[in-house]
Amino acid sequence: MGYRLGIDVGGTNTDAAVLDEDHRVLAKAKTPVSRDVVSGIRTVVAEVLRKSGVDPASVAHAMLGTTQVTNAIIERRGLARVAILRLGAPATRAVGPLAAWPSDLREKVEGPSAILPGGVEYDGRPISTFDPEAVRRFVREALDQGVRAFAVTGVFSPVRNDDELRAAEIIDQEAGGEAVASLSYEIGSVGLLERENATVLNAAVSGVARRVTEAFRAALEGLGVHAELFLSQNDGTLMSLDYALRYPILTIACGPTNSIRGAAFLSRRRDAVVVDVGGTSTDVGVLVSGFPRESAVAVEIGGVRTNFRMPDLISIGLGGGSLVRVEAGELRVGPESVGSAILQEAQVFGGPTLTMTDVAVARGMAALGDPKRVSAEAGLLEAAFRKAVAMVEEAVDRIKTSAAAVPVVAVGGGSLLLPDRLEGVSEIDRPEHYEVANAIGAAIAQVSGTVDRIFSLEQRSREAVLDEAREDAFAEAVRAGADPRSVEVIEVEEVPLAYLPGNAVRVKVKAAGRLRGVEVA
Amino acid sequence: MRWIHPEELEALAVGAAILGTGGGGDPFIGKLMAQEAMRETGPVALLDPEELEDDALVLPTAMMGAPTVMIEKVPEGMEAYRALRAEERRLGRKADATSPIECGGVNSQIPFAVAARAGIPVVDGDGMGRAFPELQMETFHVYGVAGTPAVVADERGAVVTLETPENFQLEWLARGVTIRMGGHAHLVDYPMSGRDFKRTAVRGTISMGLAIGRAVREARSRGRHPVDALLEATRDSIYGHGVRLFEGKVVDVERRTREGFAVGRAILQGLRADQGSRLEIRFQNENLVALRDGEVMATVPDLISVLDSETGLAVTTERIRYGQRVTVIGIPTPEIMRSEAALKVWGPRAFGYDLPFVPLEVRFREQYRQWGVPREKERYLVA
Repeated sequence: MGYRLGIDVGGTNTDAAVLDEDHRVLAKAKTPVSRDVVSGIRTVVAEVLRKSGVDPASVAHAMLGTTQVTNAIIERRGLARVAILRLGAPATRAVGPLAAWPSDLREKVEGPSAILPGGVEYDGRPISTFDPEAVRRFVREALDQGVRAFAVTGVFSPVRNDDELRAAEIIDQEAGGEAVASLSYEIGSVGLLERENATVLNAAVSGVARRVTEAFRAALEGLGVHAELFLSQNDGTLMSLDYALRYPILTIACGPTNSIRGAAFLSRRRDAVVVDVGGTSTDVGVLVSGFPRESAVAVEIGGVRTNFRMPDLISIGLGGGSLVRVEAGELRVGPESVGSAILQEAQVFGGPTLTMTDVAVARGMAALGDPKRVSAEAGLLEAAFRKAVAMVEEAVDRIKTSAAAVPVVAVGGGSLLLPDRLEGVSEIDRPEHYEVANAIGAAIAQVSGTVDRIFSLEQRSREAVLDEAREDAFAEAVRAGADPRSVEVIEVEEVPLAYLPGNAVRVKVKAAGRLRGVEVA
Repeated sequence: MRWIHPEELEALAVGAAILGTGGGGDPFIGKLMAQEAMRETGPVALLDPEELEDDALVLPTAMMGAPTVMIEKVPEGMEAYRALRAEERRLGRKADATSPIECGGVNSQIPFAVAARAGIPVVDGDGMGRAFPELQMETFHVYGVAGTPAVVADERGAVVTLETPENFQLEWLARGVTIRMGGHAHLVDYPMSGRDFKRTAVRGTISMGLAIGRAVREARSRGRHPVDALLEATRDSIYGHGVRLFEGKVVDVERRTREGFAVGRAILQGLRADQGSRLEIRFQNENLVALRDGEVMATVPDLISVLDSETGLAVTTERIRYGQRVTVIGIPTPEIMRSEAALKVWGPRAFGYDLPFVPLEVRFREQYRQWGVPREKERYLVA
């Protein structure tokens, strides 16, 4: 039997779940996030394995969703200096690398940089001829300065990646495996500066990623789990540890994604709005064909504009620990929260602070602590409840794509705050195991392949272009470890280029499938 | 004359996006280009058109092509400068100033990059006071300035000089060259004397972009709502007071591509004061017509801009989508944009709408009587 272990390190809690081969949930556990992260993982995995009675040696796959990479960027901790190589000269010289970065982050990350020949036009014709000797000189210089992380960005590399791959080969030859090269075509889509930013951030967190993956492996081995290990990506699919070491930035925002995927799995829905209520905030996302809808706008990470795929989310400051108070005659709910101190602070647990959990308990929506300890009057409780409902309704309405009522899947420990009816919502689904939907989302994740390129339509039909994109996405998914029999195309998007009459189109296709099975002793 | 410093381009980018009326391309890259050039060479002088000598040579500069390509194949930075130098060689004299042809969107910024490199001033005026998709949609064209000799340049050093007696053909040929240059290029067109610029340009449009951009950016710290601050900032401009047309939520967006244009409509459902009403915006890259419950509220060439209700920032026709809370404003176009000859080029009929052009000052006459209008528009206040 090959069991699956899903772990999600969030802002407040570390959650875990054990599933069998047929994706039945055998056990779940929750523990507060520890300062070093890894001891929390150890605690929660030990607990969930004990509860499930599963032999650690028979866990075939272990999946980790973690916020550590995000935190490293936000807190500017443990970041590597990066050599930045851009291929496209003479184009792109007007704006150098890191142009709009916050200066504190730029100081930590900026290494030597160069804009050298290479890259292609939107239709794949070369802009200028790749110059291997110039690249070699740049790489040697960077290595001499002690830089071991490289970020390579070629113009229109989402159309043709040849020059980025050639540069990577030269970096390998010169560094003899001592350096890591992040290639932009693997990370972002069209939009050079944003993709370069994401690529540089990716290279900068390479050391953090190595520490995270090593600690994860060590924690599980210490518990006798010798499974194949994966990290969750922010598109709801998995990457191997090797891949995660090369592309750690793709773990950013994997937590909300795991919740959305977990909600899809638990509710057996493929299209719905997912409302994930935690202790401090509520994330509202959209499930499309079983996957989170991606954000269409540039996303800032640590003050840097990037364009790599991120789930489209609306986050509001409402959770189980949200403060309820009257200020200057006005009722306020959140965004401040007692967070992980809920057991000490909330009135139902004997604390002094009125929180949304107290409101829910006093209204009979949840059985927790002692409802008689809630001191606020009924009118205030009712008003706080209505305000919270209105906040969620507005977020749901903003994220929908049409006016029609949609089903909502409610997950997360705080979702007991939600009523049974919401405006603009056809029904509310509260699946079993809702409180660990994120860990389950990690455990059941698939592997995927994506194509996002600009195609010229000058000498080919639209159908031929779409077929090529579909085939490439399929092959990518299989390369990433998907069972070819299970791979399906889950998303096709076509955007014609404005102000460019009729001959180019940007096509994005994503395919995903189940992990290929492995034999377990 | 006054000096424009690199940080002021932040405000210009915000304002120019609003003047882009849904199109014109994101000013972001143009802003970074101009800032980088100005950091190397210093601030750029902004000239009032009145400060131009009659026999001065003004060479307007711009990028053309697909903004989607420009954000990937970022320019080299000297394209428009080379175009300017080539035009100078062709004309046998040096440029005294450059100017935008289009103050809405990314083209608000390009002249600043050129001016910094060439050490010449930017004139505070352009050929439309907003964004339009084609090169003959310029007051310069309407009032008889020849579009050529024009120069189109790319990042590799290619420079193509175009000469044609017809400004419509300039558009057609330049667009063809742009595609061969990889989807975007830089150009100099409508070379003209200071006298012609003063006669044909829409004046004060860069100042307008700076003023409304600054109003939006600074509103919050002054405890004002960005949209209120913006509308107030329009008051003393050549345009005149902007008017709040509608506040609502986007409930439907329909978008398709026709001959390289994003054509479609957005439907808004009213909120607050507009509860119970619907607004329909028809667009072709830029917003063209706004209809409230089926009744026309504003049409091109008056400016119809969709703003995020919270931040006051422009929402483009490429980015508008269901669920957004937006405020739609109308800004009356300057009088020079409204002559019979001008409306033939960009009135509602030029975009296929069988509608007469009725100025905002007439549609909202009562309000404009209170606000006042620039002198040349006073006739609209008389019923």
